[in-house]
Amino acid sequence: MGMPNPDKLKKVEAEEYDTLVQQLKPKPAIFKNCVWAFTVGGLICVIAQLITNYLLVSGMSGTDASAFTSVIMIFLAAFFTGIGIYDELGKRAGAGSIVPITGFANAIVASAMEFKREGYIFGVGARIFTVAGPTLVFGFAVSVLIGLIKVFITS
Amino acid sequence: MVPLYMAFLVGGALCLIGQIIMDVTKPTITPGHILVGYISCGAILSGLGLYQPLVNIGGAGATIPLSGFGHLLAQGTIKAVEQKGLLGALSGGVEAAAAGITAAIVFGYVAAVLFDPKG
Repeated sequence: MGMPNPDKLKKVEAEEYDTLVQQLKPKPAIFKNCVWAFTVGGLICVIAQLITNYLLVSGMSGTDASAFTSVIMIFLAAFFTGIGIYDELGKRAGAGSIVPITGFANAIVASAMEFKREGYIFGVGARIFTVAGPTLVFGFAVSVLIGLIKVFITS
Repeated sequence: MVPLYMAFLVGGALCLIGQIIMDVTKPTITPGHILVGYISCGAILSGLGLYQPLVNIGGAGATIPLSGFGHLLAQGTIKAVEQKGLLGALSGGVEAAAAGITAAIVFGYVAAVLFDPKG
């Protein structure tokens, strides 16, 4: 009777270990993530709607109220990112804290804050655009394209 | 005025779509990609006339997600083209979104200078 090949034994052990890991590994919490994203994203929009309603009641036009609401939301997001609360929220809320314009402001502050040691001009001043840059580039590019199509259609 | 629950539902749904995209494509699609994707898709849908109905239903629930920012750029461009022609194609978007862009850059800079990263 020969001993079982130790290499083969190791392989079997490794396979058993893998199946065990697969069984015990928590399923990606997609459902939980979605509930968080929906709730937090929805609530951020409700706060913005409350601000808009207040501005409309105080006599501002629809366009101005909407623009001013964005400015206030951006201010709040920059502040809460600065004091470290927004990123804590982001760990749970995922896209719920990324998709609203507050997420855009958060990306600006968070990336800029990390690069203070490179100076206030080419550190903070440049890193502000790490995420904002690509976003604006594509936003502008698409809007110019739409404008050109509009020119083409109307002429 | 748009009822608050509609802002909640529309805003929540837009964020939910982003979360599903991120979870399914993990780790290829980053938050940065989501922002770029939303502003572009918002502008395209707006150009096709499909985003304004969502704004009518959802109010801030449609304008606060970054797709609403794309909508603002697109509508600004379209209006400017109607008034000024070709020049409007270049100026209209930024004109409409100027307050938001400037606020994000200035408030963002000030906050980044005043506060230090945690941890």
